[in-house]
Amino acid sequence: MRNLGWLRVPFIFTYAFLYIPIAVLVVMSFNASKSPFVWTGFSTQWYTALFNNELIRQGFINTMIVAVGATILATILGTLLAIGVSRYFRSAIVEAYSLAPAIIPDLVLAIGLLAFFALVGVTLSLFSVLLAHVVFGMAFVAAVVIARIGQTDSSLEEASRDLGAGVVTTFRKITLPSLAPAIIAGALLVFTLSLDEFVIAYFTNGPTTPTLPIVIYSMVRFGVTPEINALAALLLLVSFTIVISAQRITRLTDAV
Amino acid sequence: MSASTTQSGRGAARRRALTGRAIFAGPGLLYITLFMTIPVLLVLVYSFFQRGRFGGIVWEFTLENYVRAFEPVYLNVLSNSLVIAGTTTVFALVIGYPTAYAITRLPKRWRTVALVLVVLPFWTNFLIRTYAWIVLLNSEGPINSSLVDAGIISAPIGLLYTPGAVIVGLVYAYLPLVILPVYASIERLDRQLIEAASNLGASRVRAFFDVTLPLTLPGVMIGAIFVFVPSLGNFVVPELLGGGKTVMVGNLIRDQFLEARDWPFGAVLALFVISLLVILFAIQAAISRRINGTGKRYAAKQVTHA
Repeated sequence: MRNLGWLRVPFIFTYAFLYIPIAVLVVMSFNASKSPFVWTGFSTQWYTALFNNELIRQGFINTMIVAVGATILATILGTLLAIGVSRYFRSAIVEAYSLAPAIIPDLVLAIGLLAFFALVGVTLSLFSVLLAHVVFGMAFVAAVVIARIGQTDSSLEEASRDLGAGVVTTFRKITLPSLAPAIIAGALLVFTLSLDEFVIAYFTNGPTTPTLPIVIYSMVRFGVTPEINALAALLLLVSFTIVISAQRITRLTDAV
Repeated sequence: MSASTTQSGRGAARRRALTGRAIFAGPGLLYITLFMTIPVLLVLVYSFFQRGRFGGIVWEFTLENYVRAFEPVYLNVLSNSLVIAGTTTVFALVIGYPTAYAITRLPKRWRTVALVLVVLPFWTNFLIRTYAWIVLLNSEGPINSSLVDAGIISAPIGLLYTPGAVIVGLVYAYLPLVILPVYASIERLDRQLIEAASNLGASRVRAFFDVTLPLTLPGVMIGAIFVFVPSLGNFVVPELLGGGKTVMVGNLIRDQFLEARDWPFGAVLALFVISLLVILFAIQAAISRRINGTGKRYAAKQVTHA
């Protein structure tokens, strides 16, 4: 910090800008007042109210169904895709195509899928949300695993094949164990993404099964309530825990 | 190739490569084609047909949807969106670039911590992060009340439901996406070039503008695209922080698909966003080819952290 010179100003500004809003939400979630703006004393009443809110509870269950399903599918498909792309294709175009779902604007993907599901006659439900979440989730898993493959030595796999092991055996005995940390990290990231994803779920969901972000959206649209502060604090805790674990597992940022 | 490689050995290797491609990449590529490529192409196709009465489509060819996008009311929204997304991008770069630069100057272990702290908010619920600004900017909120307490203003001022609030919300949402690619490009920079510049008598400011900035331009472009494009397509921030007074192209697209049920016109507007994305990526690719020819690796790597 000391040798940053004047760069300290934007540096400190950025972190204050990023974290003050979050900190305010967390502090206000323990506020006794009904107004989310004025601090009147410590209370956990909003957490109690939150746990008794039937809409939020149902939204949470729906979100978990989608997130768990999408994570499992996206992790399997994304891992296989990463290996296929880096070990067997070695083509920049195929790699870019595999990662495209992570870059395409969510609104574009959302309307495309809405039109597609309507055309082929898929009824909008939690299942259609799950199908949609797998497509971008897979790209994120693939990106993390491709980065890991780039750091690992392929000679073990070549040796395995030279000694007569087939594609599948080599995969099971050599490739999979060396990629495990990246795969777990990728899975955790997809889970977080799916948990928080709003735009695509909003377009591809059925009317009777709102996910948690959709419930939050309809609550926030009608104004501020301290219950949302409590929910925000809990979701922040969940996301932070998951992302920090993912980072610890892969030391992701070392690969920036 | 080793001396022992025979014709049949090469054939076996080829077969293995094909089996590997089919088993590993096959399912994923098929899935992406089915659930991304075809849907996006479908949007393109829909833009040339007429709207159905209750959403959906009537299969009669027309260019009317494109003509309609040039009506003043829509042109106004499009230009307004470009201005807001552009302003957001400029602010994000002005804050993000020096921050990324500062992070590269930290000791190695603190760099990792600093980068994780940059990405963390990005991985938390987007609606919650936007909601935080409703609380902060509200007339009874902490910013207004501290300004009143400090005697800077006599009564709360309307911060919320302004274009400014929309820009703050968008910068807040996408700032991490600027810092990461810019950080990566500064980190990769050859420090000797800057030393050479100063040895040749360039001032630090001159060395920055003549050496550092041009060489990190590919990273800056990636960061700019990652802020500009999602800002353009965002409908939540304009709605929640702009109070419906600031209409962006994302809001129009949402309304065409979910309320007005005019899918073909919504498709035209979405194509506007997609073509901007494609054009910007093409510019970025040209810049990085000119500078070092490794632009693609940036894009792929950054996705890992996005």
